[in-house]
Amino acid sequence: MAVAATAERARIDFPAVLKDAVLAAVVAFVLAVPLVGLQTLDQGANALGIKTRFDWVAYGTIAVFLGRLAIGYLLAVRARPATAAGTSGGLNALAATVSQYSTAIGVVGVAFAVALPFLPFSSVYVLDVATKVMIYVMLGWGLNVVVGLAGLLDLGYVAFYAVGAYSFALFAQWFHLGFWQALPVSGILAATFGVVLGFPVLRLRGDYLAIVTLGFGEIIRIILINWSDVTGGPNGINGIPRPTLFGLSFLNPDNVAEDVPTFSGFFHIDFAVIQRYIFLYYIILILALITNAFTLRLRKLPIGRAWEALREDEIACRALGLNPRNIKLSAFAIGAMLGGFAGSFFATSQNFISPESFTFIESAIILAIVVLGGMGSQLGVVLAATVLVTLPEFGRELAQFRMLIFGMAMIAIMIWRPRGLLAHREPSLRLHGKSAARRKAAA
Amino acid sequence: MEYFLQQLINGLTLGSIYGLIAIGYTMVYGIIGMINFAHGEIYMIGAFISLIAFLSLGLLGISFVPLQLVIVLLVAMFFTAVYGWTMERIAYRPLRGSTRLAPLISAIGMSIFLQNYVQLLQGARVKPLQPVVQGGIELMTNADNFSVQITYLQIFIIVLTVALMAAFSNVISRTPLGRAQRACEQDMTMASLLGVDVDRTISLTFVMGAALAAVAGMMVTMYYGVIDFYIGFLAGVKAFTAAVLGGVGSLPGAMLGGLLIGLIEAFWSGYFSVEYKDVSVFMILVLVLIFRPTGLLGKPEVEKV
Amino acid sequence: MSENAPLLEVEHLTMRFGGLVAIGDLSFTARRDEITAIIGPNGAGKTTVFNCLTGFYKPTSGRLTLHHPSGQRFLLERMDGFRIPRQAGVARTFQNIRLFAGMTVLENLVVAQHNTLQHASAFSIAGLLGLPRYRHAEAAAVERAGYWLDRVGLTAQADWPAGQLPYGDQRRLEIARAMCIEPTLLCLDEPAAGLNPTESGQLNQLLLAIRAEHKIGVLLIEHDMSVVMNVSDHIVVLDYGRKISDGAPEAVRNDPMVIRAYLGEEETDTLPPEVARDVGMSAAPPPSAEV
Repeated sequence: MAVAATAERARIDFPAVLKDAVLAAVVAFVLAVPLVGLQTLDQGANALGIKTRFDWVAYGTIAVFLGRLAIGYLLAVRARPATAAGTSGGLNALAATVSQYSTAIGVVGVAFAVALPFLPFSSVYVLDVATKVMIYVMLGWGLNVVVGLAGLLDLGYVAFYAVGAYSFALFAQWFHLGFWQALPVSGILAATFGVVLGFPVLRLRGDYLAIVTLGFGEIIRIILINWSDVTGGPNGINGIPRPTLFGLSFLNPDNVAEDVPTFSGFFHIDFAVIQRYIFLYYIILILALITNAFTLRLRKLPIGRAWEALREDEIACRALGLNPRNIKLSAFAIGAMLGGFAGSFFATSQNFISPESFTFIESAIILAIVVLGGMGSQLGVVLAATVLVTLPEFGRELAQFRMLIFGMAMIAIMIWRPRGLLAHREPSLRLHGKSAARRKAAA
Repeated sequence: MEYFLQQLINGLTLGSIYGLIAIGYTMVYGIIGMINFAHGEIYMIGAFISLIAFLSLGLLGISFVPLQLVIVLLVAMFFTAVYGWTMERIAYRPLRGSTRLAPLISAIGMSIFLQNYVQLLQGARVKPLQPVVQGGIELMTNADNFSVQITYLQIFIIVLTVALMAAFSNVISRTPLGRAQRACEQDMTMASLLGVDVDRTISLTFVMGAALAAVAGMMVTMYYGVIDFYIGFLAGVKAFTAAVLGGVGSLPGAMLGGLLIGLIEAFWSGYFSVEYKDVSVFMILVLVLIFRPTGLLGKPEVEKV
Repeated sequence: MSENAPLLEVEHLTMRFGGLVAIGDLSFTARRDEITAIIGPNGAGKTTVFNCLTGFYKPTSGRLTLHHPSGQRFLLERMDGFRIPRQAGVARTFQNIRLFAGMTVLENLVVAQHNTLQHASAFSIAGLLGLPRYRHAEAAAVERAGYWLDRVGLTAQADWPAGQLPYGDQRRLEIARAMCIEPTLLCLDEPAAGLNPTESGQLNQLLLAIRAEHKIGVLLIEHDMSVVMNVSDHIVVLDYGRKISDGAPEAVRNDPMVIRAYLGEEETDTLPPEVARDVGMSAAPPPSAEV
């Protein structure tokens, strides 16, 4: 009755939108009362008190009510639901354009990254953040091989990161290997772990694969914490050697013995702490760029296409004579190797590692970078990693809320754009050439 | 012998808790074919709400223990059920038709969100609870003066679990809701064509699973006396292992799996090492999924090509 | 090897799922240079036969021998799923079309040639280095893909995502993809499903051309009689998992067992006379319908 009248008038069903918002507010109220409204307070040894925060409950409920009202109104006003064309179409076009100009964007991006240490705003702090970003970018590109290309949902990727880090630390301790010597060995070791952990999960699909890989990640972490004799337990491993430039260390010449060659000594320039940071930054930048080139190239080779075919339809793969076992293991191995390289670099950049850096949350963060940025999109990974790492740097408040926003973002993006923000698949092979495609798209 | 018996009792208690959580996993997987990754966090929320309820009752001066237990039980089940319901509406229902990856990522996001939500609201430190139910019965003592004890709390946990199991089995097999659930598990499209309200059935499945997880949360709060915002993660993986071990989709299987996992964990930490008890459970998960993916009580699935 | 030597020999194939006998003691022979059709009512077990042949099910008992042109014999019931296309050269398409929907049409055909290309890329090392050996192999693969795109009329759509093709084109693409593995036996599961008469006519042409030019055996599951009758050299009829007829199209079409399986028995055959009288039916059966 009233509904029909309003529907006729402006196609906005106010009573329904209102009812919806009220319902949402009531639910929010119920949810908020126990955990928001009542807060446990530490009151000294083993005692807890309760503090009431019912004002927060009120704010929260009102916020939800208004928010739901706004969303309901927007949804009703649009002719089509927000998940269809419209905003999504706009982003699709953006993603396609980005993909087309990816070479140009890439060149500009790399140029910026190379020039970063010499730009006016650069400092030890900036380089440190940039280095962290690059580590996550490299991890994202590595995981992209497993999740984005091969479609294997690996929730334990941090295990390979840890293998790379700890193996370097231990090689340095036992065999006195330097960073450059240990790097290839760590990579191979991580790849081996990738194969070993890949074997049991060959026949698992989707959710089961995810949980088991998560379990492996946890097993590795528990072993790292408890096998103190080897791994140093919760205290980790200290004194991991820093990388050198052809034997030149980046230590202060004043603090070392006469015969130890130093970078500033060799080039007869003043010592500055930032030199080491610039060196580390360039190392990870080069590693990441090599990773990028490597994975892009692999995508155009039979193995890369086989990964993508496996992701699309494993049964069809078998029917064409492809061996799913080898394809999966190669994806795990290569993804693991790249993670191992990142881990070794992480160890050498910090001089210290402990199991705390290798929790499940790290795996989830790397997965989120791949998924949110857009599976298969190299630029998307860079974007997501940058946002994720730099966000907490913009203030303590934001740092606290980082993971909360993070979780919400994962849910929101899956609902809105399940393939990620910049997802767009460039074919690995074209019969007719890019210009033909552009002409067709413009037509 | 006495030591063995004690571990047995401890294991059954722990197993009951895992079993209650596992039921939630198995019911949701049975009906919509996905692992509710955030179910562990629901259990954690249940634990926190129980804790807060106990503290509030203390402040309000209600000290009669059975009354406390009943009130906290109902309060925890109610609020946690609402959390479960909301979680399904926000993170899973919109994704029901999409690829298999999207709901899983969404679930992980929800899990991270809930962990941090509780951490921000209640603080990151561990939260202790003074013992509510104290005392027990001594069953036997051996020559070395080691006595096998079963505490009243353990009895309470086991009895409550049995009662809930019986009630839920009844619901599943006798009520219209249970029938609707089983229909949706078999063929959701057909069920909806026959007039089953699929949305409501799925919502109620989440709600029931959440309610049981809340009970588990309350038990854990009383049993261990200390909780923090991270307990959901580990318990979640173990309970999922239990569901898989018992056979995903099977309610008795989930309980059986839970008891087995509880026993394995108790015996492993009793006879081998405490540090690696979690590893033992993970290994069980891997072994089951490799050698008998359908679990103990599950039915083999034939893949249609 | 003579032109009409047996290519595939199915001997006493039985497939049981628990208590259900999906296929019971099935034997037949398919020859090179022949199109053999397997027909029968729904549920007769036709796709199950394919699944046994291509390694998706392990037969409960029976022998499936593939006589490769090179002289080698392969026992399909003992082989790993993926080895059957790779070594024995048995290719198949699926009832519900299984393309790599997110990949382009061209990529679908190149993936089919994965084993050759992988070998040429020497564990990807030759590929990574851009060595001529790999580049030549890739060019040859693209050329073969181009040939088949031309045969099925999809050259213009080569760079489209396969999932965006119209239904009929997707079916043809799947056949082209199967041909790209250079099979000895091509198994097609309801290739005409959902095609209109023009499209089925084109499919007939394609199948006849494949048989004539590429000298391989074709095994075909189909319901569309206009396809079956026009292209088959040999028809095997299944009903409830058992073979009820086996021979040339003309013989099979007139076989009373086949007619009965498809159309069912006459009602009055099984009604007692007094009941037939009561329900107002004459005792004599009405004239039988054409197949």
